[in-house]
Amino acid sequence: MSTGTAASGLPDARTATRTLMLWCPDWPITAAIREHSLDVHAALALVDRGEVFACSPTARQDGVRRGLRLREAQARCSGLTVLAYDPSLDTRSFEPVITAVETLMPGVQVLRPGLCAIQIKGPSRYYGGEENAASILFQTLAAIGLTDVRIGIADGPFAAEQAAKATEALEDPLAEPLCIIPPGGSPWFLSTFPLDVLEQPRLAVLLKRLGVRSLGNFAALSAADVRNRFGVEGALAHRQASGFDYSSVAARTPPPQLDATAHFEPPLVRIDQLAFAFRMTAERFVAGLRQAGLVCTAVKVALHTESGEVSERLWQHPRWFDADDVVDRVRWQLQGSNAADHGLTSGITHVQIVPDLVEDLGDHADGLWGTGPDESIHHGLARVQSMLGHGAVLTAVIAGGRLLADRRVYIPWGESPAAQDKTRPWPGQLPGPVPATVFAAPVPAVVVDLRGNPVGVDPRGLMSAAPAFFGVGRISQRWPVHSWAGPWPINERWWDPRGRMLNRFQLVDTSGSAWLLLLENHEWFSEASYD
Amino acid sequence: MNSLPDLQSRINQMQSSRLDSRRLPTVPALAKILPGGGLQSGGSYAVRNSTTLAMALLAGPSATGAWCSVVGLPEFSVEAAEGFGINLERLILVPDPGAQWLTVTAALVDVVSVVLTRAPVHLAPSDTARLRSRLRQRGTALITLGNWQQCDSTLSIAESAWEGLGAGTGHLQARRMKITATNPAGRLRHTYVGLAELQRGPWQASDDATTLFQPARKSS
Repeated sequence: MSTGTAASGLPDARTATRTLMLWCPDWPITAAIREHSLDVHAALALVDRGEVFACSPTARQDGVRRGLRLREAQARCSGLTVLAYDPSLDTRSFEPVITAVETLMPGVQVLRPGLCAIQIKGPSRYYGGEENAASILFQTLAAIGLTDVRIGIADGPFAAEQAAKATEALEDPLAEPLCIIPPGGSPWFLSTFPLDVLEQPRLAVLLKRLGVRSLGNFAALSAADVRNRFGVEGALAHRQASGFDYSSVAARTPPPQLDATAHFEPPLVRIDQLAFAFRMTAERFVAGLRQAGLVCTAVKVALHTESGEVSERLWQHPRWFDADDVVDRVRWQLQGSNAADHGLTSGITHVQIVPDLVEDLGDHADGLWGTGPDESIHHGLARVQSMLGHGAVLTAVIAGGRLLADRRVYIPWGESPAAQDKTRPWPGQLPGPVPATVFAAPVPAVVVDLRGNPVGVDPRGLMSAAPAFFGVGRISQRWPVHSWAGPWPINERWWDPRGRMLNRFQLVDTSGSAWLLLLENHEWFSEASYD
Repeated sequence: MNSLPDLQSRINQMQSSRLDSRRLPTVPALAKILPGGGLQSGGSYAVRNSTTLAMALLAGPSATGAWCSVVGLPEFSVEAAEGFGINLERLILVPDPGAQWLTVTAALVDVVSVVLTRAPVHLAPSDTARLRSRLRQRGTALITLGNWQQCDSTLSIAESAWEGLGAGTGHLQARRMKITATNPAGRLRHTYVGLAELQRGPWQASDDATTLFQPARKSS
């Protein structure tokens, strides 16, 4: 029978996939409310590129619509909460819903976040009828806090989706929002729908001009004529409108669980204890990835304490994480660079590691004779990092800035540098050769004139006297000035109260060594030395 | 009558570090005053008073693809280093090794080709000897700022003059230096170079120099 169906290419109504469509209206809004723990009845709008992407029912009552400009929406609804639309949040927060559904019935196809299709044939036999299966779904989803769920059951996904959306017209508010179209009833059910539900605006406009107003009218046209006139897309729309939507439900394969969590009872307070106890979990985590044929190049480590604090950080790796590396990252996150970094006040109850970036193992496999010197470099540096801490082994990039110390940016080994644009003009930048020694913190200095009075610069940029002697550092020795230039004013962030007003000087002593000095608030510092 | 340690140290000074040492690419201006005609892998060099000279020594290997490391120099200016042709992507900085200077330096000697460091004030002679043998074994060159016992050469700037700066006018433009290199036997060689000559190596003109140096030999 199935061979005959495949050969003719035109199956009859009996072979259409009986589909259950689960629809959560306004899913972006539901997801945002759950993520940000907002009030369910809050007037909320999600904004994408300056326009309203989705709005909550309360906001809709005030006249906020999709596609409205943000300012117009705020004018219509003064108490509007505005959040940026995050597509990944939709997908992420729909995942628990799918997992809950998959525990009841297999073969779930996610069409988009908030809408998924299930083949209902098996579950309806198991639960004793389509209505029972749907009611089980309602109960399960209510248990995870999802109450506004609509279900439509019909032949084929298209009709089922329309059935799910038609539940809004049900009169009884207490009944479950469920609409079941009996087998073979889809053409009749769809016939009164307008053409817009096909979501093909160009085709809809064309058909309206031809006097076709509803799906029923469209379905009444001959399939061959529609195909000749409107091509493949038109033919597909015609079959949907006729209730012969044979696209089957392509069930997803549930993704493998890659993250790992370790629970500690009682909570651990010592880092070495934690590192020891966490080792097994780290090994399991890496083995799980390896089994899935993946390696992880970025991992998110979340440390939860007894008092509910969470320390979360993303760690990157120049190659990929093995178990030792993961344990190291957890240790470094706890050690931190200072106490304020993690600020955890109680013992660690559980540690969660989530792979943030996974890549195919094949792309990262070692060559037959190793991958050359870079691999040994990495091992050596990882050793130093595990001795001194993550932030002690650095590479540097040159960034923009006026002061020389601002122009170098250190990046811990293994992290990717932030994109910097050093080509922009920096007024006040130093001309000529760059000094080889740039002090991390400016060193106090002394510059005096011939009479021994400190040299100063008045607000108009005029010097009190020419410098004659100078000294750098704590030593009391003074060198005579051979030649000098300045003051070169640097006005950093004048709009900011924390901005600085500096004067820069170049000085060369009689032995021929040159210094770069700064004058700020009548105090001299040495910024750099041309040694 | 000389004591035994004194004689031993004199013998050590006369011996070259190793016979079959490879030469690393070196700035031509410095190559002619260094013993053996350039920086030797496995050698150790001291630079007295100038980060500029140390950068010029580091530039040759780095520009031809070697990994370099700077240990214990928080004031090392990476911008100036880039001006010398040092590849910042292959430059590892450990600004503050703290009390673990020797362990960190030894770990880096294992993996990189040139290590630039400021030697700690007190280092036991046995530690120095162990580090030297590690250098020879791994073929890594060590450049130290400050004094270093039994180094192959000690470089310093004997004279320096700047151009471009007047009495309140102009800005620093060019520098002339007299560079001296002292070998362990006390023989002194000197050369006069400009800053621009130190910053200009043969590797910028042609890529032939890359064949001189094969970083793949490090992986054993």
